[in-house]
Amino acid sequence: MTAFMALLRRDVQLAFRQGGGAGSALAFILAFLVLVPLAIGPDQATLSRLAPGLLWLALLLAVMLTSERIFQQDFEDGTIDVLATARLPLELACLAKALAHWLTVGLPLAILSPLLGFLLNLDTTRLVPTFLAMLAGSAALSFIAAIAGAVTAGLRRGGLLVPLLTLPLYVPVLIFGLSASSGTLGPSGAAPALIVLCAITLLTLILQPWASAAALRAYFR
Amino acid sequence: MQVLANPHRFQSLSRAALPWIWALTAVAFAAGLYGALFNSPADYQQGETVRIMYVHVPAAWMALFVYVLMALASAVALIFRHPLADAAAKTAAPFGAAFCFLALATGSIWGKPMWGTWWVWDARLTSMFVLMLLYLGYMAVWQAFEDPHRAAGLARVVALVGVINIPIVKFSVDWWNTLHQPASVFKVSGPAIDPSMLWPLLAMAIAYTLLFLALHLMAINTEIAMRKARAKRLKAAGRH
Repeated sequence: MTAFMALLRRDVQLAFRQGGGAGSALAFILAFLVLVPLAIGPDQATLSRLAPGLLWLALLLAVMLTSERIFQQDFEDGTIDVLATARLPLELACLAKALAHWLTVGLPLAILSPLLGFLLNLDTTRLVPTFLAMLAGSAALSFIAAIAGAVTAGLRRGGLLVPLLTLPLYVPVLIFGLSASSGTLGPSGAAPALIVLCAITLLTLILQPWASAAALRAYFR
Repeated sequence: MQVLANPHRFQSLSRAALPWIWALTAVAFAAGLYGALFNSPADYQQGETVRIMYVHVPAAWMALFVYVLMALASAVALIFRHPLADAAAKTAAPFGAAFCFLALATGSIWGKPMWGTWWVWDARLTSMFVLMLLYLGYMAVWQAFEDPHRAAGLARVVALVGVINIPIVKFSVDWWNTLHQPASVFKVSGPAIDPSMLWPLLAMAIAYTLLFLALHLMAINTEIAMRKARAKRLKAAGRH
């Protein structure tokens, strides 16, 4: 457990001190949000209607685009080899790295989502459901990104492979995230969609350590 | 299984079986197409366009079946480390993607006169689309790595993660938006389709399955041959 926590703390510290953690992901989202009114017009009503979907798209693109940071650098400098031979199972090491990614990218962006919502004129009644849905769903996005990140860890030009592997797996998170945000599941409110989002997050929590470790091991043989 | 797992024995057995499988495929297609095009009634609502169903529905079934097969082969490869299972999974993917594309294309051709549009973002269509993306991602992994052993290890993970995702995608898009008709053949209460249409449909399904079997066996044999050629090339290069 101490090794797990040490690895988690190391990755979080690296992300914040090297730059390129939450800061650059936030900068990406801001740049994305500037383009949105230019692309679809600055009409307030249209922006308000599209706001939850656009915020979700921005979040999942930001998480996906930072996925290579989870494993690639450590893979290239040999840290992964050390982790693979350490007493801590490689699965748990992968979980620590994915959690660190969520803590430094997904979670800060989810917490900032209400502020970003104001830029798109997000309806105030949808503010809280969107915020809660992003809290529940962003971890799943990071875990899925960690699977794709491990598969492409040793690939120099993995640029287009990552979206092809990640985006199909993001479909359920996006659907339930949006139904929580806009209440499309009916008058019962956002609760059912939020519960499903939590379930998806838990499922990816179980799946990710196994899949990431298996992918990294494929590089060793 | 273990007996067939020897690549050499697999090659000789499949080569002996292939002519018979091709003959059965031709018979099944002849029977299925005759039933579908001439010996079955036009639908009272859809008219003659209902005949598209006989090529559309089996293609969609095969797209799902091939993915399950690919995932099973990947699991076998992961557990028993047998290279033949990797070859089976690798060679199944392009066929699965082709069946997926066929189902989407024929559905689109049917959708224009029936729904009035080539494409809608309906639950079934979206989940088939996602399935095709999963196939493409799996194939991209095989292409991205030069070392076939490394590619095999990574492709197994991608296939198995994808198979867990398929039911989730399926149910999530089902709740999201639906225009496509629900299942009418595989139901607890029995098929809700007239026997005059059910029999050609099943014959076409058998024909598609046999066609896939024949093509897949040929592709696995080609894959084995290519691996042998690669091994020989490496050996020859090592001698210099």
